[in-house]
Amino acid sequence: MSTPPVIRVVEREARVFSRLWRGTVFSTLVAPVLFLAAMGLGLGGLVDAHTGKVDGLTYLQYVAPGLMVASAMQIAANEAMWPVLGAVKWVKNFHATVATSITPGELAVGYVLWIVIRSLAASAVFLLVAALLGAVPSAWGVLAIPVAALCAAAFSAPLSAYSIRLDSDISFPVIMRVGVLPLFLFSGTFFPISQLPTWLQPLAVVSPLWNAVELARAATTGTFHLGADILHVAVLVVCLTAGLLWGRRTFTRRLTS
Amino acid sequence: MNARANLFRVLPPLTQRQRPWRLVERNVLAYRRTWVVFLSGFLEPVLFLLSIGIGVGKLVGKVPFDGHEVDYKMYVAPGLLAAAAMNGSLLDTTFNFFVKFKYSHTYDAILATPLGTGDVATGEVVWALMRGAIYSTAFLVTMLLFGLVASWWAVLVVPVAVLIGFAFAGAGLAATTFMRSWVDFDYVTLALIPLFLFSGTFFPVSQYPAGLQAIIRLTPLYQGVVLERSLVLGAVHPILLVHVVYLGVMGAIGLRVAERRIGRLLQP
Amino acid sequence: MPDPLIVAHALTKRFGGFVAVDGIDFVIAPGEAFGFLGPNGAGKSSTMRMIGCVSPVSGGTLRVLGMDPAADGAQIRRRLGVVPQEDNLDTELTVWDNLMIYGRYFDLPRAEIRRRAEELLEFVQLSDRRDSRVDPLSGGMKRRLTIARALINQPEVLLLDEPTTGLDPQARHMLWERLYRLKQDGVTLVLTTHYMDEAEQLCDRLVIMDGGRIVAEGSPRELVATHATREVVELRFARAADQSDALARVRALAPRVEAVADRLLVYTDDGDATAAAIAGDGVGAASVFVRRASLEDVFLILTGRTLED
Repeated sequence: MSTPPVIRVVEREARVFSRLWRGTVFSTLVAPVLFLAAMGLGLGGLVDAHTGKVDGLTYLQYVAPGLMVASAMQIAANEAMWPVLGAVKWVKNFHATVATSITPGELAVGYVLWIVIRSLAASAVFLLVAALLGAVPSAWGVLAIPVAALCAAAFSAPLSAYSIRLDSDISFPVIMRVGVLPLFLFSGTFFPISQLPTWLQPLAVVSPLWNAVELARAATTGTFHLGADILHVAVLVVCLTAGLLWGRRTFTRRLTS
Repeated sequence: MNARANLFRVLPPLTQRQRPWRLVERNVLAYRRTWVVFLSGFLEPVLFLLSIGIGVGKLVGKVPFDGHEVDYKMYVAPGLLAAAAMNGSLLDTTFNFFVKFKYSHTYDAILATPLGTGDVATGEVVWALMRGAIYSTAFLVTMLLFGLVASWWAVLVVPVAVLIGFAFAGAGLAATTFMRSWVDFDYVTLALIPLFLFSGTFFPVSQYPAGLQAIIRLTPLYQGVVLERSLVLGAVHPILLVHVVYLGVMGAIGLRVAERRIGRLLQP
Repeated sequence: MPDPLIVAHALTKRFGGFVAVDGIDFVIAPGEAFGFLGPNGAGKSSTMRMIGCVSPVSGGTLRVLGMDPAADGAQIRRRLGVVPQEDNLDTELTVWDNLMIYGRYFDLPRAEIRRRAEELLEFVQLSDRRDSRVDPLSGGMKRRLTIARALINQPEVLLLDEPTTGLDPQARHMLWERLYRLKQDGVTLVLTTHYMDEAEQLCDRLVIMDGGRIVAEGSPRELVATHATREVVELRFARAADQSDALARVRALAPRVEAVADRLLVYTDDGDATAAAIAGDGVGAASVFVRRASLEDVFLILTGRTLED
């Protein structure tokens, strides 16, 4: 029984990563923890003194789940943009992959799967540190890890489908500043979206990150609302599926001559 | 050869001082086509201002500064400005410089002209500072529109932002001359993120335990944050000159180191 | 002979412990097309970079346009044009902007650059691509643009490092034709190549380099006449064993024989006569081909290796 093609794609990425992982340690593992320390503890001290509880939580407990899924989104964005373009334009390893029996569609899925696996380690480390700092009141917090993975998938699928169509990386910094960064800052990560002006709130509700944040916070605090949580999962799954379907088309178009 | 060509050869060569500006010209030309990217660079500090400054600001209320209490958003805005000045300058002289040199080979072509390695380095630094001045002016205007500027001393905000840019351009360029490959850039992020988060940008250093406070006060971005905040909020004392000197010396040393090493980096 | 344009004496280039250029001497006269012929790694590019004043000299002396690169590098570069081995066009600019900004590096007035850029785009036949970005251009077009760019300052000397490597035959011939026109205009051409046909077509004089040293110099015709015979008989054999068997017998029949991977090369002044002698001796060659000797043969005879090594 031979390895499924999707797994072979993951294997290849893992092999390359095993040589390069050192260069990513800081940005994927340490940086999110630093954000947690700065915002949760530093800023948190000021918030707790002034407002008391935010949605019933200390500020540290409030921001921790948000930062966790946000950093999963960050990893997804970074891995689904430049490296994907590089794989068809500069380094061209995707062309090599499809010269084997792996189809472009399988490659698209496999690559997203790899990014998800990448984000798992980062999420686990973050959760551990957060728990040690007292930011995770509930044991259900472990479920935040699959939530982060789903979040990473929901972002990497459409982004990689988009990136593979490109000729130059000029739109990437714009996507980061106009897409990723606003999502990071305004999806209930640092303050409840009820504080946003009323006309903006519906936008936040459809944002995949906000849904992931809500889910993660439900997990870390152990306060689930079945109906709402199912909707959150649904939004993320829709993003993921749409992204994968689009990716199958764009990958095939780019990689078959 | 025709007479016209001979004329240009008889004219004195480009003066030393003019050459770096050709590189600035080149960067302006390049950005003319990608002005959307240029414009979006301005967004980052504004978004942080809206999110952390105003959004979280509502949760924080007031913060102690220079003996009285200030609205959180007025506290954070100058910190973000200083951080943005650092960010832009550092990224231009590390990341962007390295890509141009190692992957696009852009500098190889330029160095086959009368421009030398010193001109390239100077030109990129001047450009980084110009960009910083443009962004910080735009952010200052934003702050004015949001009512976050409390003092006439704020006219010095842009020059100080350029000084911060100068300090980090020097440090950045020097660091780049030590880089061998892509992996080394994680060190830049290693420096950038803690500086961004922990230099009194988002909350007073009094929040830290005493030992840590002393260390933070010695870090480079802290100098810039204190300077900008004092200017914007009108808490200007002569002691601020210490911060000015720190940044100036940091930039000067960085550039000296870079100057000596850049030749070997670009032309082995 | 008019004052030489470029003079090198015991010129050396070291990278750490590795010696790329090992004490070479050469003289290049104004208006000539001078070539450095040799395989990859012979030290040609390193030599070109030293002439171009972008790589410091490790030892010996080099004078370009009468000046010392170490002291007057910028001055010299003003009067040079450089077409490097790898295209280093500015990918963030259009074709037109590439020319404009390059002229600015030489501090030419903008109106003048515009005038020259129009002419140059005509010269390299890229006028219709002036607003295109660099990326979508083909390899040949990029090379032509690089040549146009190298001419923006109306240089006295044009340095070309492997100018036609990677180009299709049509692009190569077009390039040679342009270079020939430049030479007629009085531009001194200095080029490196590992293609013997390029060296033969373009160069008035050349030196053959191998392992950082010059092993021969002269015009293409002189080199062939001095170091090789007039003609070559190429013998191909059905099996390698046949070739090695035949080697000793063929050696007795001709002044010089070289064995390469898939054939024997028999050097002689009268190819037909030698071919007949070989056949008469009963050497069972699968194919026999008589041709004139070339620079490739000169290199082979002098170094025992082919230019493609």
